[in-house]
Amino acid sequence: MGDLANAQSDDAPLANSKRSEAAAEAAAQIPEGRGDTIVNAAVTINKPVAEVFGFFRDFANLPRFMENIERIDVIDPQRSHWVVKAPAGGSVEWDARVTEEEADRLIAWTSEDGAEVPNSGRVEFRDAGTRGTVVTATILYDPPGGVIGKVIAKMFQREPAIQARRDLRRFKQLLETGEIATPAMNAKQFEEMGL
Amino acid sequence: MKALAWHGKHDVRMDTVDDPGIVNPRDAIIKVTSTAICGSDLHLYDGYIPTMKAGDVLGHEFMGEVVEVGAQSTLKKGQRVVVPFTIACGSCYHCGKHQYSACPNGLPADNQDIAQELYGHEMSGLFGYSHMTGGYAGGQAEYVRVPFSDVGPLVIPDGVEDDKVLFLSDILPTGWQAAEYAQIEPGDTVAVWGCGPVGLFAVQSAFLMGAERVIAIDHFPHRLELAKRFGAETINFEESATYDALMTMTGGIGPDAVIDAVGLEAHGLFVDNVIDQIKASTFLGTDRPHSIRQAIIACRKGGRVSMPAVYGGFVDKFPLGAFMEKGLTLKTGQTHVQHYMPALLNAIMEGKIDTEFLISHRMPLSEAPEGYRMFKDKQNEVTKIVLKPGLDRVAA
Ligand SMILES: NC(=O)c1ccc[n+]([C@@H]2O[C@H](COP(=O)([O-])OP(=O)(O)OC[C@H]3O[C@@H](n4cnc5c(N)ncnc54)[C@H](O)[C@@H]3O)[C@@H](O)[C@H]2O)c1
Ligand SMILES: [Zn+2]
Ligand SMILES: [Zn+2]
Repeated sequence: MGDLANAQSDDAPLANSKRSEAAAEAAAQIPEGRGDTIVNAAVTINKPVAEVFGFFRDFANLPRFMENIERIDVIDPQRSHWVVKAPAGGSVEWDARVTEEEADRLIAWTSEDGAEVPNSGRVEFRDAGTRGTVVTATILYDPPGGVIGKVIAKMFQREPAIQARRDLRRFKQLLETGEIATPAMNAKQFEEMGL
Repeated sequence: MKALAWHGKHDVRMDTVDDPGIVNPRDAIIKVTSTAICGSDLHLYDGYIPTMKAGDVLGHEFMGEVVEVGAQSTLKKGQRVVVPFTIACGSCYHCGKHQYSACPNGLPADNQDIAQELYGHEMSGLFGYSHMTGGYAGGQAEYVRVPFSDVGPLVIPDGVEDDKVLFLSDILPTGWQAAEYAQIEPGDTVAVWGCGPVGLFAVQSAFLMGAERVIAIDHFPHRLELAKRFGAETINFEESATYDALMTMTGGIGPDAVIDAVGLEAHGLFVDNVIDQIKASTFLGTDRPHSIRQAIIACRKGGRVSMPAVYGGFVDKFPLGAFMEKGLTLKTGQTHVQHYMPALLNAIMEGKIDTEFLISHRMPLSEAPEGYRMFKDKQNEVTKIVLKPGLDRVAA
């Protein structure tokens, strides 16, 4: 009970804390957490937890709803190679490794040493009964400067939480409806608009 | 193809735009045979709705023939369908509860941010109604791409004319839901502000739900006359003092339920309304909510307030004290169209609900810009305009 002044006294997620030290505390909860900027978002998907977890666990599926990820090559069950779109047709790449996994409950990853954009994250899955599955993502990253910084700024939008929220919404749409909503009037417009 | 596109306040034009095509597997392409101009379209026309872009194709009340289907559509080419204005997936939590206008899955993820910031939550996708609701091209066009065509569109039996069923797309279910939200009990008196299409369908619906009296309020004699035709008593707010008249007509009790079918562009030189107009034009307040204030003040203690009317932003001087002290209940929202369509189609077929009385004008789609002008400037006699792309095709 020593450190009452600093300890969180409510049940709100750490990432939503107004206290400045909270990011570091949240980072400490992500195994091998990298970065000091934290983002979280949650969505409820009307599908059984095994289906939601299974789809997400196959990282090759992620680019289908994560706007800025061009592709993820799965190297082995623990390791994958991420390719993220950059301006002028370029890309930023890094290797990632699974740091924690519990079937139908959670998965966490971190970028390997030397990544241009150190990042790590943890996604929790919770059976929500008749409402389906609650997916809560917490992402930690180090926003760099320069060109890469611009890529990342775009990747996480002006407000980083917005990109995470959008990606989770697309995840929900894809699993619940089998497609991702678009106002494109035809295939040509769809190409121009992207995901 | 040809389509009616928005270019700014009081500026809509017939543009040539790309033909729509199948994008997602559940899509269908509809060749429009009839499409109506709605009171909600006037809010766009008058520049009240944010996030419009020049070139946006309008129209959310439409029906037509299926001409192309995606792999997962359950429709068949050649079928005639009425399309609900709300784009809902049929498989999410909200759709499971038949809260179709709360479905988040028809709204592209990027378009959800604005409403999330403004309202705390995203809305459903809508056809032809700004980018906040998805930026979908609307039905005042020759063709439309319809997402989730396996759950939204209602197939119309052969031999039933367009004009009889077109309003299933929006205003008939909206008037019906408004009456349902008024939780009418036998013997009730229901007051309806606004005798536009929504108000007039609310009048019919309220009687079908057992209201003993319906009192309809407007200032256009012809519209009041239509309400009278269905058995309503009327108040012309330019000739009579609405609150005083309502109190006397209900023996000092006030109406048991009140329905605001006017919305954010209330007419009339009421003091609060004039202040609202100044504020709206100077962006201090966004809506002109005279009718909802008056409805709350007139409603009896413990009564119900139903608000189909659309409000987009913030309002001043909302009589929250009256609302609390009188113990009122408010129900509102965009209509859960899909929920009501099948039963209302039956009600039309059985002759319980009259729909065609509303149509005052039928015009070719190519004359849509003139239609908007007329609907805006001659509201007394122009009750509903139905645009028929087919009339162009015949003429061409
Ligand atoms: N909830 C929904 O899903 C939904 C669907 C469709 C339309 N709407 C909304 O319903 C409202 C009505 O639609 P409509 O097509 O009937 O519109 P409309 O413009 O044709 O009719 C509105 C009527 O209200 C009258 N009016 C104006 N000020 C008044 C006042 N102070 N007191 C009494 N009457 C007054 C007008 O004279 C007019 O006849 C609009 O706000 C529209 O956006 C909501
Ligand atoms: Zn409408
Ligand atoms: Zn849905």
